[in-house]
Amino acid sequence: MSTRMTKEAAETAIKEVLSVYPAVSREDREKHLYVNDSSVESVGSCLSANRKSLPGVMTIRGCAYAGSKGVVWGPVKDMVHISHGPVGCGQYSWGTRRNYATGQTGVDNFIVMQITSDFSEKDIVFGGDKKLEGLLREIKEMFPLAKGISIQSECPVGLIGDDIEAVAKRMTAELGLPIVPVRCEGFRGVSQSLGHHIANDTVRDHVLGKTEPDTTTPYDVAILGDYNIGGDAWASRIILEEMGLRVVAQWSGDATIKEMQSSHKAKLNLLHCYRSMNYIARHMEEKFGIPWMEYNFFGPSKIEDSVRAVAAKFDKKIQDNAEKVIAKHKERMAEVVAAFKPRLEGKKVMLYVGGLRPRHVIGAFEDLGMEVVGLGYEFGHNDDYDRTIKEAGDATLIYDDVTAYELEEFTKRIKPDLVGSGVKEKYVLQKMGFPFRQMHSWDYSGPYHGYDGFEVFARDMDMAVNAPVFKTTTPPWKTA
Amino acid sequence: MKELNIADHNTLFKREEYQTSRQKKKAFENCASAEEVQKTAEYTRSAEYKEKNMKREALTINPSKACQPLGAILAAVGFDGCLPYVHGSQGCTAYFRSHFNRHFKEPFAAVSDSMTEDSAVFGGQKNMIAGLKNAHDIYKPKMIAVSTTCMAEVIGDDLNAFIKNSRKEGSVPERFPIPFAHTPSFVGSHVTGYDNMMRGMLFHLTHGTFKVAETEKINIIPGFDGYTVGNIAEIKRILDLMDVKYIVLGDNSDILNTPMDGEFRLYSGGTTIEQTKEAMSSKATFSLLGDSTYKATAELLKNDWMQTYVGDVVPLGVSGTDKFLMKVSEITGKPIPKELEKERGQALDAIADSNYYLHGKKFAIYGDPSYVEAITDFLMECGAEPKHVVSTNGTKRWGKELTKKLAGLEFGKKATVHHGADLWQLRSLMATEPVDFLIGNTHGKIMAKELNVPLVRIGFPIFDRHHLHRYPVFGYKGVVNLLQWTVNTLLEDLDRNAGEHNFDYVR
Repeated sequence: MSTRMTKEAAETAIKEVLSVYPAVSREDREKHLYVNDSSVESVGSCLSANRKSLPGVMTIRGCAYAGSKGVVWGPVKDMVHISHGPVGCGQYSWGTRRNYATGQTGVDNFIVMQITSDFSEKDIVFGGDKKLEGLLREIKEMFPLAKGISIQSECPVGLIGDDIEAVAKRMTAELGLPIVPVRCEGFRGVSQSLGHHIANDTVRDHVLGKTEPDTTTPYDVAILGDYNIGGDAWASRIILEEMGLRVVAQWSGDATIKEMQSSHKAKLNLLHCYRSMNYIARHMEEKFGIPWMEYNFFGPSKIEDSVRAVAAKFDKKIQDNAEKVIAKHKERMAEVVAAFKPRLEGKKVMLYVGGLRPRHVIGAFEDLGMEVVGLGYEFGHNDDYDRTIKEAGDATLIYDDVTAYELEEFTKRIKPDLVGSGVKEKYVLQKMGFPFRQMHSWDYSGPYHGYDGFEVFARDMDMAVNAPVFKTTTPPWKTA
Repeated sequence: MKELNIADHNTLFKREEYQTSRQKKKAFENCASAEEVQKTAEYTRSAEYKEKNMKREALTINPSKACQPLGAILAAVGFDGCLPYVHGSQGCTAYFRSHFNRHFKEPFAAVSDSMTEDSAVFGGQKNMIAGLKNAHDIYKPKMIAVSTTCMAEVIGDDLNAFIKNSRKEGSVPERFPIPFAHTPSFVGSHVTGYDNMMRGMLFHLTHGTFKVAETEKINIIPGFDGYTVGNIAEIKRILDLMDVKYIVLGDNSDILNTPMDGEFRLYSGGTTIEQTKEAMSSKATFSLLGDSTYKATAELLKNDWMQTYVGDVVPLGVSGTDKFLMKVSEITGKPIPKELEKERGQALDAIADSNYYLHGKKFAIYGDPSYVEAITDFLMECGAEPKHVVSTNGTKRWGKELTKKLAGLEFGKKATVHHGADLWQLRSLMATEPVDFLIGNTHGKIMAKELNVPLVRIGFPIFDRHHLHRYPVFGYKGVVNLLQWTVNTLLEDLDRNAGEHNFDYVR
């Protein structure tokens, strides 16, 4: 079994790993690597995040389009999302994020579709606005139940001087459908993160507050930053409903445009993925006076804390309900922990994910007796790391925008019992003999949120850590 | 220990409490009523809808094609110690890598030089100079193959000049090989990118080398092939049986099939520079999927290497394999051995066993043009009849030639070929003129389920089934694989839909 590195060992590891880099790049990368000291309040200038990736280092990051179309807008099910530009971007992001939603694909649900302007050379030379206009009309004709359209810009759109805003404005009037132009060209910003921000801003400008809710109650809450991967938002919503709250909108997993349009009358915004939706939460606070709070629905301990913290914002009825909800799930959660903790106790985990997960899943692993010893964010900002250092133990190795090479080398040195990251890392780490779980897509499983999700989470971590296959990488004639 | 009965995404949401929660959510959704959805769904499957759908001019819905750099990096990883390097925005590279990860269930290394807004203004030369140095020092490749994203192409970056300047700046040792190709995403598709990069590899790696006396060898170019792991092994086995010496140009079958033994291999196998140079003097080059080399590579081979170029024989199906073997035999003078004759007989024997479940069955098919044509040919050998033949990246000429060919064939005459069509159009075609089965990749699964048509997964990408890519579809052995996937999918379907009386034990 692996052990946590000491602070000194972690610092040495960083030095050794970076030694192959050209001097300029080494200097840059040093700023993104950090050994945690949980007594510190803020990472301050000790850790650099949300900066450009170095060319040629094999960053794991994506782009603004991925952040907008792939994360924020893509899951809104009753809108058609156009991948505006060449064919590739929409092709590679087609149906791979597991944003569960009800509805019939192509009829009243358009998530798992690749709708594109498929730019040819002619569109680059003469501009794509005219084509866009025509295809918006065709969308209306092809998908009569679509409630809106978003235009997700790919790189060329911003480079050839197209005016998608003007087209959207004109066509909104002509078609009587909200058409949202999104300037999420892949070259903007340094990662997916700017795409989240741009997407939030376009929701703010084109969607939010455009429709009034049918009714309101003092218990109306909206879930922000849950993309319903493998059904996460459903497994969260059900807890809030059990507490007596009314979940009026899911942003944006299984969302409809109406939910988002009428969210401005919610009494409280519950923010799961801070990174991708803090912008709209802050806006709704400023403009509509809706308070927001972060919560964490991974693992029973954090769920309990969050359920109480949410209830504290409401009256005694909700607070009493919250205690009932907690009590109701206690026994089952204890059973789950009793089943898996003996198999997972003391196991060390390394994580490299996006959004909220590197810090939010620490508690769930701890519920199972596991310990996170290394972590990093693909597109975190300093405020993400500030929230993380308190959750992570001392001497946890923190790697921002890690390169493929660094992750491989750090893993070799830490020798964790489990690595949680993405599909690009999965097969590398498995070949190296490390149990692995994809922590973006839940490795085609889930949900992991909520009480029901924790059961699946516990089962899946056990399946990985204790899989017989990883114990046989060395042939018996070599171990003898 | 107590049985926990954990419910995951497959069963959890069927529970009553989730159904209730679902109903509560509906109150906020403003969704169309069940009747309206049903009515609209039926409308989208109607002839009236099809007419509009087939006439679309600007809008593309569910195309079956990807963009050039995807093909470029698949060609590049087929060379020994080669690190694919994509000049442009970084998100593209993340997408290409995960696309291949999900199909092959294997690692896929490629770097980007992460161009951002300032590069859009000033050009990407600074990124190239820094990127080549980083990639070279960190990943220690033997060569770096540079392709481009649409961003770099739109702003007009000049790879030749940038690479030269990077060398001057000392990014890489002076003679370090950096083959490159411009691969604009808004021209052609992934097969075009394969073609451009393959040409770039062959051109740059042999630069300054001259063709010497012709050798006995033939060259094999795999093409953009989701089955490369199984296919290349099979082609090598066949050529070994024939005692033919060969060079596979862009052999990516090793790097996409590395073992799990505790070590990650960033590079594994692949064509060496020496082999590439030697390949200039081979007797001929066989491009196994002609669509992947049809222009740039074919021109290089014919005009510069002055070689016999065989790009119209896909070694798939019985007659496809026959033609391939005869052509190889003709060019090398080596006879077709008894073993292969036996394998041919075994393949025919298998077809004879399954023939009755395929004969007269109508099918729809989509995919890359070379594959679509070859698999259609194979299924006609089994007596099946193509009805809707779709290739989003098929050219007009391809469509015209295939139409002409099928019209003259007994089993092909009911077919209509739709070059450039997308899968939403294919859905309309299948809804109005039904077929018995559908051949294609994972993207066909939703329409297949909706229209209750069995989907035989043959193509790229296949994300939702495991290990199919490990099997060859080339050669007589490939015939048996294709046949068993097809017939057993149909038999599964038959069982699933069987009543009490016809749920037969023996089929």
